[in-house]
Amino acid sequence: MLSKRIIPCLDVRNGRLTKGVRFEGNVDIGDPVETARMYYEQGADEIVFYDITASHEGRGIFLDVVERVAEQIFIPFSVGGGISTVADMRAALMAGAEKVSVNSGAVKNPDIISEGAAAFGAQCVVLGMDVKQVEKSEAIPSGYEVVIHGGRKYMGMDAIEWAKTAEALGAGEICLNSIDADGTKDGYELTLTRMVSEAVSIPVIASGGAGSPEHMYDALTEGKASAALIASIVHYGEYTIPQIKKYINDRGCKMRMVW
Amino acid sequence: MIGIVNYGLGNLRSVAGAVQRVGYDPRISSDPGELARADKLILPGVGAFGDGMRLLRESGLADALSELVLEKGRPVLGICLGFQLLAKTSCEFGEHEGLGWIDADVLRLEPGGGLRLPHVGWNDLERLAPCPLFDGVPEKALFYYVHSYHVRCNVPDIAVGACEYGRRFTSVIRRDNIYGTQFHPEKSQQAGLRMLLNFLERG
Repeated sequence: MLSKRIIPCLDVRNGRLTKGVRFEGNVDIGDPVETARMYYEQGADEIVFYDITASHEGRGIFLDVVERVAEQIFIPFSVGGGISTVADMRAALMAGAEKVSVNSGAVKNPDIISEGAAAFGAQCVVLGMDVKQVEKSEAIPSGYEVVIHGGRKYMGMDAIEWAKTAEALGAGEICLNSIDADGTKDGYELTLTRMVSEAVSIPVIASGGAGSPEHMYDALTEGKASAALIASIVHYGEYTIPQIKKYINDRGCKMRMVW
Repeated sequence: MIGIVNYGLGNLRSVAGAVQRVGYDPRISSDPGELARADKLILPGVGAFGDGMRLLRESGLADALSELVLEKGRPVLGICLGFQLLAKTSCEFGEHEGLGWIDADVLRLEPGGGLRLPHVGWNDLERLAPCPLFDGVPEKALFYYVHSYHVRCNVPDIAVGACEYGRRFTSVIRRDNIYGTQFHPEKSQQAGLRMLLNFLERG
């Protein structure tokens, strides 16, 4: 039986692990390669690296991090942040990532999904979506709108429609981040997670709002997600991955336990 | 030296890293002459079947590898798409001819029951027959799968491992010196590394 996945997300700026894309004033919280290796040893099912460096120079440093990770970590990992061309995707994959995540680059140019899927296979292309709840309207019938730039820019696209479009274009997975829930530690946005999970037949990774193992359990069951993304809950040592997995597994939702 | 076949698709660095981790000397190469000097071969692969075969043929690697594997008996491990390429045909985006080293065809995985595709994540490995790859690997270990197509063996005795995802499909094959896994051993933590070591030591 397929296990549900727990995926720590590491934000990287200039080669260092930092807290939060969406928080002002980034804080250096360690070495991404060391941290990733710790999560790997603890039993993370996958790892996501998110490049929040804007500069060209920083990009090179980030790819160097990816290469070092690939030499040491023998579970899948994906790379996102600033990917807007097939060449960007290729650079990340050649550095050793299994998957690349496209977000605002795909909103601006949806064809990157199909081009990436044709070049590298659908399983390589993850659509990252940032979503905010809005009033239901003709343009946004679900009441969930796609946003970019950490929620500062509304795109006039319905989140459910965008998820279906991305699936049709060849995305292999969707990483669904609720901007409203992100950073609250009050739990994932379960209604949104469930709506997107039911609208598509590719796996959905829930993101934003994890404050306890119970929240992850809820996202994986009630939210129908295939995986749960976590960040600060493990970065600051509130919980360890084995604690989280044991809790979820004990409640009857199958987790992979490391032997 | 372990030859990792570079035909332009696939996560070669991960495979090379895993080979190195278990104590062997990987060489990523697209040169038939260099690959001929390898003690063992690994055929990785990520992407579409048609592209994979086209690249193998255009580079001359398909013929060179067939000679090494079928005539000289060089051990080979195909991983994921590299495993599927061992088959005779595939129906992924049209009809394609594969390397044909094993009597099998590649079909779309149709799990049914509302199960999602691609099949992504950690899943079981059920052992159907003894295989050197399994030595020392715990029965309960899970492996990392990511695929939408599966290999259907036309001769049952080459299928040595299976996985259940809505339907049962072959996840490990062995035919003499030819091995293949649908999952990624190089991405399956200790259990995967052990399997890779088994191939390198006794495959």
